[in-house]
Amino acid sequence: MGVLSMRCSPRLLLPVIAWATAITALAQGPTYDLGRTPTAEESQACCLPITPDGTGLPPGNGTAQQGAAIFAQKCASCHGATGREGPWDVLVAEGDEALRRRFFATSIWDFIHRYMPPVKRTRWDQGGLLKPDEVYALTAFLLHQNRIIGETEVMDAKSLPQIHMPNRPSDDLRFKDYLP
Amino acid sequence: MKLKKDDRRRFLKRGAAMAGVAVGVLPPTRGQTGSGMSPDSISPGKHLPYGVRSRFEATQRDYSKGGGQYRMSGSAGTPLQDLHGIITPSPLHFVISHGGTPPDFDPKEHRLLIQGMVDRPLIFTLEELKRLPSISRICFLECGANSSYRLSSGRYHNGTGPRTPMETHGRTSCSEWSGVLLSLLLREAGMQNGAHWLIGEGAEGGWTISIPLEKSAEVMVVYGQNGEAIRPEQGYPLRLVCPGFPGDHSVKWLRRVLVSDQPHLSDRDEGQSTVRADGRNRFFKPEMPPKSVITYPSGAHRLSGPGFYEITGVAWSGKGVVSRLEISTDGGRTYQDARLQNPVLPKAHTRFCLDWSWDGRETVLQSRCTDETGEVQPTIDEMAKIWGATKEEWKENFRTPSLFNPIQPWRVNRDGSIVNALFS
Repeated sequence: MGVLSMRCSPRLLLPVIAWATAITALAQGPTYDLGRTPTAEESQACCLPITPDGTGLPPGNGTAQQGAAIFAQKCASCHGATGREGPWDVLVAEGDEALRRRFFATSIWDFIHRYMPPVKRTRWDQGGLLKPDEVYALTAFLLHQNRIIGETEVMDAKSLPQIHMPNRPSDDLRFKDYLP
Repeated sequence: MKLKKDDRRRFLKRGAAMAGVAVGVLPPTRGQTGSGMSPDSISPGKHLPYGVRSRFEATQRDYSKGGGQYRMSGSAGTPLQDLHGIITPSPLHFVISHGGTPPDFDPKEHRLLIQGMVDRPLIFTLEELKRLPSISRICFLECGANSSYRLSSGRYHNGTGPRTPMETHGRTSCSEWSGVLLSLLLREAGMQNGAHWLIGEGAEGGWTISIPLEKSAEVMVVYGQNGEAIRPEQGYPLRLVCPGFPGDHSVKWLRRVLVSDQPHLSDRDEGQSTVRADGRNRFFKPEMPPKSVITYPSGAHRLSGPGFYEITGVAWSGKGVVSRLEISTDGGRTYQDARLQNPVLPKAHTRFCLDWSWDGRETVLQSRCTDETGEVQPTIDEMAKIWGATKEEWKENFRTPSLFNPIQPWRVNRDGSIVNALFS
């Protein structure tokens, strides 16, 4: 995990090597001694990334049935009663549009968790406003509306990363850099 | 000798400009120069603590709510057709706001976290960041979808398509950015072996994007724009600026840089990808390709009649310096080199000019950019071939790929009107 297989031209690599060397040379200690160690609370601020393998997903769960009620209450005014009507982003569409175009179900969870609902933030460390159970339920609801899972399937930290999104290309995309 | 000629031209041009309507240079058509005239109370006699432009100047961004498949909560293009030189005035910098209501932070309260695979996680105040060795750099920021129909479809699909440089290419702007190199902060924190990705996170609804470490040497943590604090809609008080990368890498309201062995693959990272007709996918390709657009004469203008016009526009490349800019005044049959105005800077807008006399016949004006890597801006037909598509398909379904950089043709009609000829 984590090995880059990007194509690198020697031209590109040289400054990178020089830079990496400079960093290694200075890796012993800080030069300017500014900034401080964050507190445990600050370190946990906002939302740490959720990756496609499920890293970072908290405990909790939800189904599409549960999500429908939350959606009606907290989301429908912007996205429409079924996620199809707007006026803001269309979340459910015919064919392979809307969320069916996403490659990872985890990024839907992550997006809802971080973004929704999009209120004005006044503090740097403010995260999402929904509880993990609500986010699992809403994710399940949207996956169900997009014909990807059943209405009663439980989404949690274990099941969500296993959802295969219909348009995910078969390649392992993570470290590929195709140059069409 | 050359100087003398330039002087004379400048003098003549100024004369023509002052003659204004008499020479027949019509004011730009609807949608470019807006109704944003300053209040009458602002007169040259007023000395204001914070200045404003003349009340006769009215150019403005085309602020609007998004639409179509790719709705956004707010978007505004730079009126490229009204600008001079390479710097975009901060109030005219393009804006794309995905995250709902922009945050509103007291700079004293703002913090930046550096954490993840580092020896010493750090948290900085803005004041501490400003004490560190600073750099300033002129570079462009451009939305990855700029000039693609994917971006403009929702806005213009019910009409004639995008008509002006603001509508076709307005999601690029060029500023002098001031701040600290991110690499300096990473050195302070001590990066660990195995780190390959930087995940920038903003407070705009928790915006995150993955940046390959090996391409991050120029990334800046920025608090200044064109000499003053960055604008609220540009992420006040702190943002990333990733020179040459699609704009969404330059995270606004920056609050965290997480050092990681793997990319986050957030929704924004997915947004970088464009699946080709054969199913192949382009992922994590951070450099914007070479691009250019003639801003005058263009779809925002109407020529008053045959005679001299200086063709001008901007060119840029996320891969480095614009090394050559050619202009065709005959629809691409022949090209000639344009003059590049100084300064010519890497990953910055570059102003180009060419003398031209219009003979009054229908013709097509277009520009072609070559960057220092030798990459040449393709025609739309060449691009379609690369992507296994046809331009008719693209026109039909508005699904042009991101990082879309075809040559932009403007058709000059006999009556002096000018239209976007990308798809004709």
